[in-house]
Amino acid sequence: MEELTERTEYKMRARLRALADGTATGLAVLATILVVAPLVAIFVYLVYKGASSLTWAFFTDVPKPVGEVGGGMANAIYGSGILLTVGSLIGVPVGISGGIYLAEFGRGTKLANAVRFTADVLNGVPSIVMGIAVYSLIVVPQGHFSAFSGGVALGIMMIPTVCRTTEEMLLMVPNAVREAALALGVPNWRSVLAITVKTASPGIITGCMLAFARVAGETAPLIFTAFGNVGWNSRLDEPIAALPLQIYVYALSPYDDWHRLAWAGSLVLIVLIVLAVSLVRYVTSRGVLKGAS
Amino acid sequence: MGVGIEVTTLNAWYGTNHTLQDINLNIPANHATALIGPSGCGKSTFVRCLNRMHETNPIARVTGTVRIGDLDIYKDCKPVEIRRRVGMVFQRPNPFPTMSIYDNVCAGLKLNGYSNRRALDEIVEKSLKNSALWDEVKDDLKKKSGASLSGGQQQRLCIARALAVDPEVVLMDEPASALDPVSTAKIEDLIFQLKAQYTIVIVTHNMQQAARVAEKTGFFLNGRMVEFDATHKIFTNPSDKRTEDYITGRFG
Repeated sequence: MEELTERTEYKMRARLRALADGTATGLAVLATILVVAPLVAIFVYLVYKGASSLTWAFFTDVPKPVGEVGGGMANAIYGSGILLTVGSLIGVPVGISGGIYLAEFGRGTKLANAVRFTADVLNGVPSIVMGIAVYSLIVVPQGHFSAFSGGVALGIMMIPTVCRTTEEMLLMVPNAVREAALALGVPNWRSVLAITVKTASPGIITGCMLAFARVAGETAPLIFTAFGNVGWNSRLDEPIAALPLQIYVYALSPYDDWHRLAWAGSLVLIVLIVLAVSLVRYVTSRGVLKGAS
Repeated sequence: MGVGIEVTTLNAWYGTNHTLQDINLNIPANHATALIGPSGCGKSTFVRCLNRMHETNPIARVTGTVRIGDLDIYKDCKPVEIRRRVGMVFQRPNPFPTMSIYDNVCAGLKLNGYSNRRALDEIVEKSLKNSALWDEVKDDLKKKSGASLSGGQQQRLCIARALAVDPEVVLMDEPASALDPVSTAKIEDLIFQLKAQYTIVIVTHNMQQAARVAEKTGFFLNGRMVEFDATHKIFTNPSDKRTEDYITGRFG
């Protein structure tokens, strides 16, 4: 009799466990859907609204004057490319160097704590404020808007993300790996660069891509810096067009034709970001060895 | 060729924790010397003092003299120099995860600026043969990552990496404690062969292992070296009561 109750109790518990397991799995699936759904929805809507305006001219022409139909965003795509290049050239090296300092050389020092705190605050600064800051630091003294100042604004915005992810990724490298290098008689700085940073590089690259993708869509810091340009410009000391700026201007305009172009521009912006991130991932993943973690 | 190690009044601290107290010890060249003792007795700290890895911990401190060959390692040279002459194998295999097998072996040379390709090829082959790994990996030297090997193979890879810089002494900190019996046997065979060319200091928890591979054995307890003698004497007729208690399993 006693054995029997024990068995029923066991069965009851097993059923409860199965129920809890099912619920937890269900919640996880639901959360996954909630995460993916907005992205899919945005993308589908952009294709629906923008695909029809994606003509060849969109990629080859500059904007037409108000009242004329047609025109494209070739200069804005190009301008975004320039701005992001300048931004990455500033944000990536400064961010990675800062992260290396935080994780490898300054651990526990007051300076490191100050740098970490500053990076976190910088990360929280609204992008429009960044635009104004760069405006007063570069645009006002120079007396004109410029592609360079826009790139600087984007670069500064990239620094905290790159810096903090680099630090986190370096801290994840097991100490055993550092010790292995030091025990071979490798000087510390060399061990950091050739071993620790290399071991953490996939994560560091992800951080850079994250920062890149984030600033690629920024409009606010460019309003007072890159300013925008209806024509071609390849000079760093002159105002330059950028996709997010162009989208912003066109979306606020009263013309249907411009609205359609804004949709198309948004679609192109997203696709280009995805392409750029995938390309970097592909290039950096080549040459990775079998079994490397 | 291996060189002898002469340790005089070595003291070491972690913060305020006095982990090694007045260690005096002569380790003979071209022999294997085992260090045994319960966990936390200072064996690992001791070997880490022999290649100045102890001081990589910011709160660590050390006094006393250690002579390796004709070199007073705390006086005559920088840490990086002594670490090139004294190789180390750690408790857990720690190959560089992003590097191929080949690059793992020659990492020490490459990172110290050595770049003669043909010589590197030769050194890699010789080191892997010396660590009894060559036959198992010779076909994927540059294709496979060091991390893709099994635990035992990884540990032999780490030994090859230590041998590639042509050290005079090889320190092994419980090199087989994370391995299965078959891999352990391979490592022990290896230690036997390596004695001919290198001075070997091995920390181990396994007393049979010490008995199998080492000519001399030192017993550590609470940061002091209780007894140092020929291995067979330590295990059959120790002069200190504490050594006897430990090897007969009465504590530790």
